[in-house]
Amino acid sequence: MSRRKVTVAVTGLNNIDSPGPGIPVIRGIRESADLDARIIGLAYEHLEPGIYMKDLVDKTYMIPYPAEGKDALFERLMEIHSKEALDIIIPNFDAELFSFIKLEKKLAEAGIKTYLPSIQQFEERNKSNLSAYGDKYGITVPRGTEVFSIQDMNNTLRSMNYPVMVKGKYYDAYTAHSFEQAASYFEKLTAKWGFPVIIQEYIRGTEVNIVALGDGEGNLIACVPMRKQYITDKGKAWGGITIDDDSLHQLARKIFSLTKWKGGMELELIRSSSNELYLIEINPRIPAWVYLAVGAGQNIPEALVKLTLGIDVKPFTRYDVGKMFVRYSYDMIVDLELFSRLTTTGEL
Amino acid sequence: MLIKENIALSENGFVFNPSTGDSFTMNNTGKEVIMMIKEGKDLNRITELMAEKYDVDRNTLERYLADFLNDLNVYNLLEEEK
Repeated sequence: MSRRKVTVAVTGLNNIDSPGPGIPVIRGIRESADLDARIIGLAYEHLEPGIYMKDLVDKTYMIPYPAEGKDALFERLMEIHSKEALDIIIPNFDAELFSFIKLEKKLAEAGIKTYLPSIQQFEERNKSNLSAYGDKYGITVPRGTEVFSIQDMNNTLRSMNYPVMVKGKYYDAYTAHSFEQAASYFEKLTAKWGFPVIIQEYIRGTEVNIVALGDGEGNLIACVPMRKQYITDKGKAWGGITIDDDSLHQLARKIFSLTKWKGGMELELIRSSSNELYLIEINPRIPAWVYLAVGAGQNIPEALVKLTLGIDVKPFTRYDVGKMFVRYSYDMIVDLELFSRLTTTGEL
Repeated sequence: MLIKENIALSENGFVFNPSTGDSFTMNNTGKEVIMMIKEGKDLNRITELMAEKYDVDRNTLERYLADFLNDLNVYNLLEEEK
């Protein structure tokens, strides 16, 4: 059977120490036996490593930062579309998802498909709404509050015990053991991600994550839980192992069935010392460790592309337990000419 | 006393708990004890067999075995007693 040709645009090519999911997503798509994909990278920074990985990314275009608004993004995507005839876009950053969801209809009219949650689904799982999310769906979550100023944070911290988690709106989280520490993290996070900052109860225990894919009808198409084995100073998994714990699968099924989430998702959980499972965060996209799921037998990026194309995808029923990933860094040698072409023309 | 059914134990003493992702390496005696538990032997029988095989006084052996079983329990490798 011949493989179906498809042009897929992917963001998140920043394969750095806090990696974006773009490159592992592309690896999954490239390994598909059914798809013959041309991969178009969409990059925000000139030094996103994926831009220069020519065996994985066929062509890359610079796109405007989310702060420039969805109209600027749409205009740029249409320029790219006129050259590349995009079939699909897979956005991989939390910060850009709002714009892509808002543009979903216009993109579809232009012939570009996406596979994204609704704005309501996207908003309700926001870090700052996690307590309400837990109440609504009957899921155990740590106590959390959003704060907009140091004074606000001071008031919140009076009723909490240290340590506490101090989290940015989109990314980054720190453990603070005193008000002074929390205040310094507050400044750091607001400078980078803006307001609010989320103050969350600290749960002691073992962190486990789940990568999952939903079809928007309440069905869980893919689900692979992973225990981090090696964590960087940024809290990112540099090594991990697939695990088999039915309570994790049950929780994922419950969330997808109740919320009817459409697209990729990462659930971040902590198993407390008293064996209780806390949902600490929901990331509204595929995580950077997704290639572990591919290696364990669930090619989630491929399934996502197929669902986006309207191809029927049966839920995965198994994966290899005890499959590990070990991340590594690698220096590419890049000619200045490539860099200069990208910076001057916005494409490479 | 039972080792959880899904716990994987390899020939070289590597133990993997697929529910938690924890892994451990056992020395030879640890591996022997785990194998005997897996075979369904109770603590008295394991104590007897180890005492026959190794040059160790009974009190020390019982203390070591109690510590080891406690570790297995702490690391979530034993089935909970019904």
